[in-house]
Amino acid sequence: MIEAYGLTKRYGAKTAVYNLSFQVRPGAVTGFLGPNGSGKSTTMRMILGLDAPTSGQVTVGGHAFRGLPNAPRQVGALLDAKAVHGGRSARNHLLSLAQLSGIPARRVDEVLGVVGLQEVGKKRSKGFSLGMGQRLGIAAALLGDPQVLLFDEPVNGLDPEGILWVRNLMKRLASEGRTVFVSSHLMSEMAQTAEHLIVIGRGQLMADMSVTEFIARNSVGFARVRTPDSEPEQRDKLVAALHEAGGQTQPEEDGALRVTGLELPRISDLAHSADVRLWELSPHQASLEEAYMRLTQGSVDYRSTADMRTGLQQPAGAPAMAGAPAMAGAPAVPGAAPQQAAVPGIAAAPQMPPGQQAAHAPAHGAAAYPGGPQDAPQPGVPGGGTLQMRAPQPGTNPYAADAPAAPTAPPAGPAAPGMPGGATNEGEDAR
Amino acid sequence: MSHTTRVLKSEWTKVRSVHSTIWTLAAAVVVSIGLGALICAVTASTFDDMSTVSRRTFDATYTSFAGMSLGQLAMIAFGVLVVSAEYSTGMIRNSLAAVPQRGTFLWCKVLVAGPLVLVVGLITSFCAFFLGQALLGEHGVGIGDPGVLRAVVGGGLYMALIALFAVGITFVLRSPLLAFAILMPFFFLVSNILGSVEATKKVGQYLPDQAGTTVMSVVPEALDRPYGPWEGLLIMAAWTAAALIAGFVVLKKRDA
Repeated sequence: MIEAYGLTKRYGAKTAVYNLSFQVRPGAVTGFLGPNGSGKSTTMRMILGLDAPTSGQVTVGGHAFRGLPNAPRQVGALLDAKAVHGGRSARNHLLSLAQLSGIPARRVDEVLGVVGLQEVGKKRSKGFSLGMGQRLGIAAALLGDPQVLLFDEPVNGLDPEGILWVRNLMKRLASEGRTVFVSSHLMSEMAQTAEHLIVIGRGQLMADMSVTEFIARNSVGFARVRTPDSEPEQRDKLVAALHEAGGQTQPEEDGALRVTGLELPRISDLAHSADVRLWELSPHQASLEEAYMRLTQGSVDYRSTADMRTGLQQPAGAPAMAGAPAMAGAPAVPGAAPQQAAVPGIAAAPQMPPGQQAAHAPAHGAAAYPGGPQDAPQPGVPGGGTLQMRAPQPGTNPYAADAPAAPTAPPAGPAAPGMPGGATNEGEDAR
Repeated sequence: MSHTTRVLKSEWTKVRSVHSTIWTLAAAVVVSIGLGALICAVTASTFDDMSTVSRRTFDATYTSFAGMSLGQLAMIAFGVLVVSAEYSTGMIRNSLAAVPQRGTFLWCKVLVAGPLVLVVGLITSFCAFFLGQALLGEHGVGIGDPGVLRAVVGGGLYMALIALFAVGITFVLRSPLLAFAILMPFFFLVSNILGSVEATKKVGQYLPDQAGTTVMSVVPEALDRPYGPWEGLLIMAAWTAAALIAGFVVLKKRDA
């Protein structure tokens, strides 16, 4: 059991953690969520007595950490997987930690086996990959077979198999009756691992509840409605009818509508009486990720701005094509294109709650495109927004003057000349 | 097994399991003995060219320790690395999470590093002495001569204290870069200048290394200090204690 009361930490003028009170109970995985810089690591360090709180206190099993007799036997922690002397072998690193709590050397080989590092135990940890380092850090936390475990971003750098392994390990540790406190900035990961959530933003408590309760409280259901793309007047008719009936609509990027405030059968009835054909009418539940984003929306410290790339613009003629919005599954219909151009598009947009696109677009764009900001859709790039296709060759320099993507081609149709394949996803797949 | 013995064991594992320990300590031994031998050989061959005053105050023991002025830098490097590696790698957070009693952590580090540098220091000073005297030949002295054994043992203590001084200072500074940038030039140049220039000598001779070296001299006239050999070493020990206490206070107070 970890208990924090009014925990506050200031670094000079900056308040990293403010008046944080929570309890982490045994027998469950408790997720500790917050955007980057929200104070998760600071809180973890305070729990471990590494940083002294400016005010308030935190106890582990009723004791302040510094007062715990033989702390490593009671609390195991992974704070920073890189916090290892690179010149020391994995085994010696663990041995030095094991000796601290009188743990026999045999146990070192055991935990090396548990985390799958027995083959490289004698190697210097300098050559370890991020994932191997993460496993070494987890091994260190498990050494003393402690009842309380803290993991700061344990899945960073792990491959899917490693992530699954960590997830199962956390659950198993909790099922053995231990207190497991795991921080992450990935809501989706926590949704699959944790039973309880503590969410902080800008160092303040935003939520402290079970995962199911969190979803129920924070997510809003909506309906996705789609009218024939070739007949925009049908859409307008439907919107008018829905508004009249008290519903709210929000246009989505691919031309569909997001409808809230009306049940699905009612939408169907309204469409029928307005004589509008529907191509799609589907129920949606906002994801946990959305709920989390909505909650921490105001407390994101580090958000990318749109990369206008004015410094890189070609002075005349061909504006550099920024890679048009890569709408996975979006039909390449010319009629839909202008609407996509209007919204600074993001791949995850269909799942975004109403009214949040604008606020989150830049940050989300950067996250959604693994290739980095240069792949992000560019509002305001002349000619770029209306194109649905990206440069077909992987690795093509979008800034090259003779970029083969014909960036100035009018949005004539899906199969623009010189675009092999012609479909939206080709470029994406090639990557 | 008590808590302290466990921490000691762990610190010993940390010290012996990194290459920098071997390298810095070996450098201290090799440089001190090698340079000392070289200077002794040169002195022996040019002894007759020296002035009468120099010949009369010639200190054969002190001359054989001449290499320590450079060898001590390797000792300082050892002291800095033992502590700063914790900070530069972030290991300090693992260490302190495992040993929340910060005093125990620091003193165990000192208790592991201390005897190690003392043993290495004594090996260095005895080897440097016997090799140096052999090279000085007829100008050399024996270990049984008055004050000589004290000087040789003192040489070992000097090397140990300088390393522990570096340990204390690095606990205060925490960064290897900062510690090296301050300690190296200080002991290589600044302190020597302050200790020899007339204007600053009065204060400069109380600096740790300036005071500590008196223990290695047998002929008092050669150094001309207002304190005796043991008092000199005591002054240095006081500096070391002060550095370690300062390090302890910083470790205790600051966030890791």
